[in-house]
Amino acid sequence: MQIRSAFAAVSAACLMTTSAAVAGPEAEVLHWWTSGGEAKSVAVLQKEFADNGGTWTDMPVAGGGGDAAMTALRARVLSGNAPTAVQLKGPAIQEWYEEGVLADISAVAEAEGWADVLPASIAGHMKCEGTWCAAPVNVHRVDWIWANADVLAANGIALPTTWDEFNAAADKLMAAGITPLAHGGQAWQDATVFEAVALGVLGADGFHKAFVELDKDTLTSDAMIATFDQMRKMRGYVDANFPGRDWNLATAMVMNGEAAFQIMGDWAKGEFMAAGKVPGKDFLCISTPGEGYLYNVDSFAMFDVKGDDKAAGQALLAKLIVGKNFQKVFNLNKGSIPARTDVALDEFDSCAHLSSEDMAASNAGGSLLPSYAHGMALRGAQSGAITDVVTAHFNSDMSSADAVKMLAEAVANSM
Amino acid sequence: MSEWLERHVPKMVLAPSFAAILLFVYGFIAWTGWISLTKSRLLPKYDIVGTIQYERLMASPRWDTAMNNLFIFGALFIIIAMVLGLALAILLDQKIRTEGLLRTIYLYPMALSMIVTGTAWKWILNPGLGIESVVRGWGFESFTFDWLVNPDFAIYTVVIAGVWQASGFVMALFLAGLRSVDEEIIKAAQVDGIPTMRIYSAIIIPSMAPIFLSAFIVLAHLAIKSFDLVIALTGGGPGYATDLPATYMYAMAFSRGDIGQAASSAMVMMLVVFAIVVPYLYSELRAKND
Repeated sequence: MQIRSAFAAVSAACLMTTSAAVAGPEAEVLHWWTSGGEAKSVAVLQKEFADNGGTWTDMPVAGGGGDAAMTALRARVLSGNAPTAVQLKGPAIQEWYEEGVLADISAVAEAEGWADVLPASIAGHMKCEGTWCAAPVNVHRVDWIWANADVLAANGIALPTTWDEFNAAADKLMAAGITPLAHGGQAWQDATVFEAVALGVLGADGFHKAFVELDKDTLTSDAMIATFDQMRKMRGYVDANFPGRDWNLATAMVMNGEAAFQIMGDWAKGEFMAAGKVPGKDFLCISTPGEGYLYNVDSFAMFDVKGDDKAAGQALLAKLIVGKNFQKVFNLNKGSIPARTDVALDEFDSCAHLSSEDMAASNAGGSLLPSYAHGMALRGAQSGAITDVVTAHFNSDMSSADAVKMLAEAVANSM
Repeated sequence: MSEWLERHVPKMVLAPSFAAILLFVYGFIAWTGWISLTKSRLLPKYDIVGTIQYERLMASPRWDTAMNNLFIFGALFIIIAMVLGLALAILLDQKIRTEGLLRTIYLYPMALSMIVTGTAWKWILNPGLGIESVVRGWGFESFTFDWLVNPDFAIYTVVIAGVWQASGFVMALFLAGLRSVDEEIIKAAQVDGIPTMRIYSAIIIPSMAPIFLSAFIVLAHLAIKSFDLVIALTGGGPGYATDLPATYMYAMAFSRGDIGQAASSAMVMMLVVFAIVVPYLYSELRAKND
């Protein structure tokens, strides 16, 4: 530890000598965007930051879907030396705020007019007791169905708009010897399918009551039993070899016609695009049956830092992240859509247009909802408890009534 | 002076490592015990609130599964690895020519990390890639071997991979034990015309009791701290059907920001280790005092 802090001091000293000439804003950014497209997206921000006279210290911590980065963050915060900005999302932002370590960036947010350009429910995630404490980067939609256009055409199937239609289509595909649903049996993927089904069956209000408010009556309602019933049907539509499969391999099954549908967030689109597939022609995108829009918003939380250069760096970073240019370039790379609603989408694909239109419509209709499966709706302990039940039900022959009972108990036990 | 040095140098040499162990092992055990009595979530908090974390732990079906899995995995892993290890050792002990080569081959899995073992077995046992698909390719269309993806049997695949990894090591232990038995006794028994089977069961194996105990202790702690094998082989799945206490603790501490819950599960794991090690230490110490 001593050696490390000595090393940090030396490297900080080096940085100071190199940046002494400009003496501009500084930012140390902790993130886990290290894979191809994501790394490219971060490089965009890094360049913009440098163009505006800033000194960027990159702190990428890969591994464990952010678990490793969170462990690094804990160590940094406990030693009183937090990074300037950290890739955090959902209620985790408020959880860190309650530890008293987040900064107030309201000055930037108000100067830039964030409140006017961000959808209200997404802006809500960026605020800590009324002050702005985080900056949103993008909006991933979670409740998507991705479909192989040729397979659907060959079997005379239209894109399903209700779960009954989905079931009918799936039965037809089964009879034709095609796996209806490409799925990877990992807990978070089970949860992703579950929340898409829940949104359709419970409706937007019911979803909010169940997975944001954790209302016991909704969690044990008949509609929740129906949700698990549909999950049992979904279990019949996946192939036998699904446990442990990674999501991108499931996407590949849709791509090469082995399977017809996949329910996954729009990072799956990146896989199709990378393979040279064309949306609307080779593959189709449609929201899962039911009203509403489940979002997964990546954001940077701003931590309390000492020193004017760092505070200036933080303000500049926040401004650039929500700036129009970065929102456009980053999301073109990442497959998501900009969080701010006034960015021109000319260069985006048709699925992104659909996502953007649906986001505006559901924002107006009050059905723009946070994804529980991707840590936007609940804190880790509660969402984890729900996921345990979902995955236990999906991977056994548990009855829906038992699952609902277990769900209520697990949620109560996680408080 | 030299007498003083003789008396004190060993203490001085040992002191730093003793202090380090005191802090980094017992100090952190005490810290974990403290945290397990608090409501710590994202960051550690130090206000003791009682046994709520242990109550939550006992009410968690996932923890139940993890403990059940530990007993199934632990018992089968230890028994099968010891039986196989002993059998291999006895077979190798027949003064065969290629013993050196065979010994190396059997011992080799121990040189691999559990992650490698887990990943290799994940592919071997995967119904779409491994054994099932190969046998079906030979024309046995109805052949099924889907333990890896079957929630009721997945824990046994962890046993298979674990046994594959550890039984060579147990064999080496037993082989050393077999060689340490007094040749004269065995020769005397052979002269008396006692069958080989009976020589093993009545003379050699009973005289290896301490080796059995060592093998048991080594395997038991391997079983309890098993983590990487499960992560690589099944990822705890299907669902959480192959969760072990160690993977439960990891999920709570690092994925869910529930440090108090993780600490309480770590304390229970430690108690399980104590339940095995304390009787062992007790018997060892008593044997020395006698």
